[in-house]
Amino acid sequence: MRFTLRIWRQAQQETTGRFVDFAVEDIPAEMSLLELLDSINRGLILESADPVAFDHDCREGICGMCSLVINGRPHGPGAGTTTCQLYMRSFADGETIVVEPFRADAFPVVKDLIVDRSAFDRIIAAGGYVTVTTGQTPEANDILVAKENAEEAMDAAACIGCGACVAACKNASAMLFVAAKVSHLSLLPQGQPEKSRRVLTMVREMDQSGFGNCSNEAECEAVCPKEISIGHIARMNRQYLFAMLLSGERS
Amino acid sequence: MEPNTIDPKIPDGDLHEKWDKHRFDLKLVSPANRPRYKIIVVGTGLAGASAAATLSELGYQVEIFCIQDSPRRAHSIAAQGGINAAKNYPNDGDTVWRLFYDTLKGGDFRAREANVYRLAQVANNIIDQCVAQGVPFAREYGGYLANRSFGGAQVSRTFYARGQTGQQLLLGAYSALMKEVNRGNVQIHTRSEMVDLVVEDGIAKGIIVRNLLSGEFTRHAAHCVILATGGYSNVFHLSTNAMVSNCSAIYRAYKKGAFFANPSFTQIHPTCVPRSGHYQSKLTLMSESLRNDGRVWVPTDSEDHRSAEDIPESDRDYFLERQYPSFGNLVPRDVASRAVKNICDAGRGVGPVGQSVYLDFGTAIENQGSQVIEEKYGNLFQMYEEITSDDPYRTPMRIYPASHYTMGGLWVDYNLMSNIAGLFVIGEANFSDHGANRLGASALMQGLADGYFIVPSTVADYLAVQPAIDLDPDRASFRADEHKARGCYADFVTGKGKIPVDDLHHELGAIMWDRVGMSRSAQGLEVAIKQIRQLRGKYRHSACVPGDANDLNEQLEKAGRIADFIDLGELMALDARSREESCGAHFREEHQSSQHEPIRDDTHFQHVALWEYRGENELPEKHLEELEFKWLKPETRSYR
Repeated sequence: MRFTLRIWRQAQQETTGRFVDFAVEDIPAEMSLLELLDSINRGLILESADPVAFDHDCREGICGMCSLVINGRPHGPGAGTTTCQLYMRSFADGETIVVEPFRADAFPVVKDLIVDRSAFDRIIAAGGYVTVTTGQTPEANDILVAKENAEEAMDAAACIGCGACVAACKNASAMLFVAAKVSHLSLLPQGQPEKSRRVLTMVREMDQSGFGNCSNEAECEAVCPKEISIGHIARMNRQYLFAMLLSGERS
Repeated sequence: MEPNTIDPKIPDGDLHEKWDKHRFDLKLVSPANRPRYKIIVVGTGLAGASAAATLSELGYQVEIFCIQDSPRRAHSIAAQGGINAAKNYPNDGDTVWRLFYDTLKGGDFRAREANVYRLAQVANNIIDQCVAQGVPFAREYGGYLANRSFGGAQVSRTFYARGQTGQQLLLGAYSALMKEVNRGNVQIHTRSEMVDLVVEDGIAKGIIVRNLLSGEFTRHAAHCVILATGGYSNVFHLSTNAMVSNCSAIYRAYKKGAFFANPSFTQIHPTCVPRSGHYQSKLTLMSESLRNDGRVWVPTDSEDHRSAEDIPESDRDYFLERQYPSFGNLVPRDVASRAVKNICDAGRGVGPVGQSVYLDFGTAIENQGSQVIEEKYGNLFQMYEEITSDDPYRTPMRIYPASHYTMGGLWVDYNLMSNIAGLFVIGEANFSDHGANRLGASALMQGLADGYFIVPSTVADYLAVQPAIDLDPDRASFRADEHKARGCYADFVTGKGKIPVDDLHHELGAIMWDRVGMSRSAQGLEVAIKQIRQLRGKYRHSACVPGDANDLNEQLEKAGRIADFIDLGELMALDARSREESCGAHFREEHQSSQHEPIRDDTHFQHVALWEYRGENELPEKHLEELEFKWLKPETRSYR
């Protein structure tokens, strides 16, 4: 197969970026897009040029390290997949493929296609956990969880923290990411005692990190590689409202 | 010259009392004194994150480092199938003793009895801990925890969260860690790589770190250092490990005097998606849990080229069920991998180049319905289809073995401390509990056992006798090591070579896979050692690293890691050559029965081989830890 890759190049956060075209030929359909980037980089290395910087690690869709907006869509054309699970057979022969970083104020570009997603760690640190220390636990089967709740909690807990939801949203909102964690823990008995506190502190950190608000367009759900439902955002909003009323806090 | 024998400091007493008694004997650090001690943890996988969180909860100051952009992305996240514990919830006869027995036998009696017993003992606490954190394990309708079976065991003792158990356990440990970050007690350094260990008078004092974004070097001093940097399967170039998984932290500690134990013990996992072309960057594992319901087969007639669905039952050879009637498709990984290799080597494999076998869910779907199968393995089937564009609900999967896990690693004593005082090594980075072969669902168990329950107790014993002096990373030893590391990275970018480091990694992988992989011979290992030495020369003269050392430069990061992989490759071949027996995943062609079963030699090789670095152009020196089996008599491992 034959393609033109139009790739965003940006030396560092402060500099201006631009698109650079790379024409490639004889590409097997079974090759992954990241392997194609590897091979473009190999060509650049042989010319002593600077290879394209992009984030990637497990290359099996679970670590959440890979990002990229491909032809205008975070993680590319496939539904329920990450960029690293995208194979060239998904594109038409001769196609021009536009590759950009995730774009959001809260995710500044570090270099080329790499962005800084440390805001997500700060949001988790603000309250995305059950406060339990090692050893302070009852027998596992003393905590019963209805199968349906365990399944729904798992649907939410499957979030890989990639940030595609933010990149897809016109408001650069992180609501799906935050709601996935809030929902996961609030569906389980273990998460009940600090339910209100958790939703307030996580949302506060989300706002402070510069993410926008949700306006119910559901673009996040459409691009989420783990197909996490915006129903979790509705659950979070309800909890947030109750928590605010209870605490008397104003947003 | 007779090798030295090294003492693992196993406590006295009955096997089941050792750990409890030892915990009483271990010295404590009083709560008021703990904040005066600083601990460095390198790596944020299951072992590193759980250790850092627990130590911080206890009150120590913790500084933790990872090479990814977030601690949540460490490669533990990719573990699929599950975690073992002897809860005996299914009432199928499981006990701590049986988990201990299965793990020791699974490792072909090349692990330390006391360590394996302790692992089996604390496994139940891990499940309690993870449930309390909110890990959404699979449940039965009554709300109780569900279990499934895994290879090498005849009981169902594996806890799981769909096919994402590693992810859920890691997110549990990560959230515990972030809780401590929020408390201000843990300092996290992301995109930061340990480039050297600082050792003064045989005592670990700290580390030198390179910031992967800025190229800046920094010095970090602590009262003890814990390495939790994972395994080295990427020495084979293609493996199921993540792209950045590497051996550099433990290899550089080895160069500073830490013993490397059993480096040749590496696991080849039987069920991976077969490779498709030269450009391939990594291999994808299909969880072992699939062998619960999937049946492995090839056509009886090697000339049978019909598509799988068209081959009737009578023309299929379910070779694992045939060769191993009592364990069938659930034989341990080393046994299954070798059986698949032998079938393919005999020209009976399937697929474009005959390098794969079928893993078929037809029977299971017929008996249980596709909905039940989807509930159990939905995401794995989806993943397989994305890679291959074949639908496993209709056509059988094609699988082939791939490098997956390394049982070898830095040597540690019963306290998980290396021979360098103050250097602890946990999780896959150490050699400890899996002997010559690891059973499925045991890596998560070991990582969390080490991190949550073992190292927090043993670290206290070490720190209790250390003065809580002010730490000074500006001392001469730190400056010298930083200077050396800086020079080393600067040299990489000033080289005039023309070969990208990935190409050299590719070459190393081919040597390792062919001659230091699933099947090894004295002659093949000789060739491998010679080829690796040539490759090292080629690397020195021809490696090409573009760009700048003071910037984000992935090629430069790789250059350092691949140089270490080349050196470790040679060490693995040396170890494999000196172990003249077949045990677990280590198969020496000279030591097999007429039925191609491995022959273990307990008279000469019932030991751990420890390698000590002697310098750049010197052969390493070998020491031994003799393995004593007081409670279980080593038997010939049979799964027939």
